[in-house]
Amino acid sequence: MTRQWWTLFAAPLILLSTACPHKSVPAASLKPTGFGVTLVESSGGKQIGPTGMVLAQPVVVQVNDEQGTAVTGALVEFSGPPDASFDPPTGLTDSSGQLSTNVALGSMAGRYQLTARTSTKAQKSVELKIEEIALGYQEEVGFQLDSKYCARCHDPESTPERVSNHDNLEVKPHAFTEGDTLNRMTDAELSSIISHGGPALNKSALMPPYGYTLSKTEIEALMAYIRLISDPPYHASGMVYAQK
Amino acid sequence: MPLSSESSFEPKKNSLSALWQTLFGHPVRAFGVVSLLLLILLAIAPAKNHFSEWRHYQKQYLALIRGRGDAVTLERRFHDHDGIQQIWLPQLGVVDRCTSCHSGLKEASLSDVSTQPFRRHPAIPHTLDQFGCVMCHRGQGPATTVEEAHSSTLAWEQPILPARYVQSSCGQCHRAPLTGTPQLNSGRNLLGRYGCVHCHTIKLPDGSAIKPTDDPPSLEHVADKTTREWVYAWLKDPQAYAVTATMPNFKLSDPDARDISAFLIADSTPLAGDTAPTPKNEKAPDPTAGASLYGESFCASCHAVQNAAGNVVGGDVGPELTRVGNKVKPEWLRAWLHNPRVYDSGTAMPHYRLSDPQLSLLTAFLGNKTDTDLLANVHLDAATPEQIAHGKLLVTEYGCASCHEINGIKKPDNFAPELTRIGSKALTQIIFLPGMTHALPDYIAAKIRQPRSFGSALKMPQFSLAPGQIDALTTALLSLTDRAQDLPRALTVAAKPASNYQPAGRAGQLMSDLACFSCHAINGRGGDMAPDLTWEGSSVQRPWLQAFLKNPGTLRPALIRRMPRFNLSDEDAKELTDYIMTVYQTPEFDRDSMPAGGYPAAQVERGKQLFYSKYACQGCHIVDTKVDKGYIGPTLTQVGSRLNAAWIYHWLKEPQNLRPGTIEPNRNMPDEDARALTAFLMAQRGSGKQEAKK
Repeated sequence: MTRQWWTLFAAPLILLSTACPHKSVPAASLKPTGFGVTLVESSGGKQIGPTGMVLAQPVVVQVNDEQGTAVTGALVEFSGPPDASFDPPTGLTDSSGQLSTNVALGSMAGRYQLTARTSTKAQKSVELKIEEIALGYQEEVGFQLDSKYCARCHDPESTPERVSNHDNLEVKPHAFTEGDTLNRMTDAELSSIISHGGPALNKSALMPPYGYTLSKTEIEALMAYIRLISDPPYHASGMVYAQK
Repeated sequence: MPLSSESSFEPKKNSLSALWQTLFGHPVRAFGVVSLLLLILLAIAPAKNHFSEWRHYQKQYLALIRGRGDAVTLERRFHDHDGIQQIWLPQLGVVDRCTSCHSGLKEASLSDVSTQPFRRHPAIPHTLDQFGCVMCHRGQGPATTVEEAHSSTLAWEQPILPARYVQSSCGQCHRAPLTGTPQLNSGRNLLGRYGCVHCHTIKLPDGSAIKPTDDPPSLEHVADKTTREWVYAWLKDPQAYAVTATMPNFKLSDPDARDISAFLIADSTPLAGDTAPTPKNEKAPDPTAGASLYGESFCASCHAVQNAAGNVVGGDVGPELTRVGNKVKPEWLRAWLHNPRVYDSGTAMPHYRLSDPQLSLLTAFLGNKTDTDLLANVHLDAATPEQIAHGKLLVTEYGCASCHEINGIKKPDNFAPELTRIGSKALTQIIFLPGMTHALPDYIAAKIRQPRSFGSALKMPQFSLAPGQIDALTTALLSLTDRAQDLPRALTVAAKPASNYQPAGRAGQLMSDLACFSCHAINGRGGDMAPDLTWEGSSVQRPWLQAFLKNPGTLRPALIRRMPRFNLSDEDAKELTDYIMTVYQTPEFDRDSMPAGGYPAAQVERGKQLFYSKYACQGCHIVDTKVDKGYIGPTLTQVGSRLNAAWIYHWLKEPQNLRPGTIEPNRNMPDEDARALTAFLMAQRGSGKQEAKK
């Protein structure tokens, strides 16, 4: 009697435990075959991408030795905020001393500080900080508006597909990443120059007004984007709350 | 556990009956024990409630806001409704209790808080009270524990949607592209561009279906165009021929590719006029002249070529031409360049009226675009009837006719599963691969990434898509939910209905022949590479238009894609001009309402002042090639002989009214300023051929 009772109880439990989704097995730990002393960023830093999505370019880092020569087979680990993910998160450098990883940023807009780590022969940890920017919905709208209306003059980079007008202008527009200049403008000033043009702040009339072309929400989105990509970062003035 | 004979139970039995005696031996004792048990039982529910997760989070939230500058306001707002929170939207079928733990979602001042579940919700165009949470994020709204709300559990199977696919939720209601959802927009385009909808039907809530936009070629006359060797190499690996090819790889074995190529060539029928012999005693064409003709004809606006560095440069309207010499027969190519509409009446390629020497130049130039490795290892013996029969069988099995027209084979209906409601597919209906996360987005993405990993006998071919494209496609597919289908029409934002506008008469035939709609849109139909021509007749002056159609000049020096020269006859150019001037007029104003010239000098001078100082138009436009450098808008050196005065005036007043989406800002210009600027611009008639040359 007792025995039957227990098996009846246990059977669904066993079924339940097998039905649960299995977490993927962690990759077998890699054995480094080489060691370097410096870690440098080859490409993929300072990218801007929508939240949660894989960045357009992979992040590539390179491990060098004392002479600055690339090291093959060095173990590099990537880490970042909890909701950022790396594919692969760890790996050995290739024959050119590089390791490439695809990065998906987290679900919140903002700056993401990623870390690449390798260790020297003496087990000393070497770190490299890489910064990426994730755009939320509002900032993404701002980015789209920037590409359509602003970038032709404000972005000095020229491509065959889109020739920059920056150098043709008598008064050079500021790139939106120029934090040293743009961070000194208040939100009201920034909104005013976008809506009413350069003369609103006693600046050049070459900056036309967009207040009759863009809606208020669109201008707010543009400002959110400009504030987010600013370098050095923009910190809103006013009440500052202690974190935690 | 005691498992042996009954005798071993004896001592236990004795102690059990002793316990029974102690607890229930006396009626008073029994009453006390039962009451106690009852009390404990009654306490279970309040205790469970007291120790519930959401209470724990609400306490944490109160601790978090304590000590902040606006703690009092935050606390008051929190205490206005503590306990379990619920957003109930019967019309949308939303019952969400997420705000029970996510207490700070609506608090603008919490922008610095990064710990979940207390973060402020980022700015979006919708409010929580109108839409709830699960409309966008999925998950189980009524759940009150972390596990049940976010994960797929046994009782519930809707997990939270990962952030990378969240734009799919916008697509449930918004059928038209949105500025803020580039990934969804791109995914929807890809469904047509990669021809997914040839095999998979996707019906939209309004009853229409997503249409393919890839225009796969008909194979009815394929033997006129190419060789069996090329067909074989193409079938084996389309991307080896052209990296940008959208044709998927069917992973065919060598004999299967041999048999299909045998069938397609044997099945092809000759078509009169789709080949043209090279004229005899023609001198060898000059290769540099071929390259410049290719450039002058702006072939690169639509066709890409892979350069030495491996970059694909050029447009994506037509096929990539890097190795076109390996593919097409010279006599076919010559006939195609002469008039592509003979071989494919619906092609996006314009009918350039090229002269015989020009045809020879281009045919030779394109014929030289070859890759010696491509067909080096393809050696096929003459096809046997068995191979051809087997090829036909394979063509039917793989559903080739879903995309291509093939003689004697009918386009199969519903060749692959319908995807109209794929975004709500129940997890119980899905067979996951070992090690895969049991969630719908992961399944869809894996299926697109490597369809045959779900079984080698599956027919779905391997597409070559970048990771971003796979995410975009997954996003577009996830938007196809039950909710999207069943929402009341009043709650959805419809897409602009597709237009099948076709201009009438001989001009209409000419416009089809020149494939104007490949680049220009008119009345909602057409491409976006070149300006919308819906109101072109109100915009330009007749002599300019006629001359431009004969010999298009440069209007926007910064653009690399430009209007090609079609070598139109005077008669055809006049026919088109007449039609455009007569039919494509805006109802907004009368184009003859303002004079073309004769403005007072003072007004022109005032316009000049306004142009250079108040409105600083030189930032984007060039009027005087010596001083102005503006590169964004069209050059205005001859605008007085190009545009109508009334158009300029109304454009200056409200550009978006005449061409929605144009980037020229609306300056809210007073009437007199607009009139003075019109006078100044109408005075810009240029001096002969003085367009900016940069």
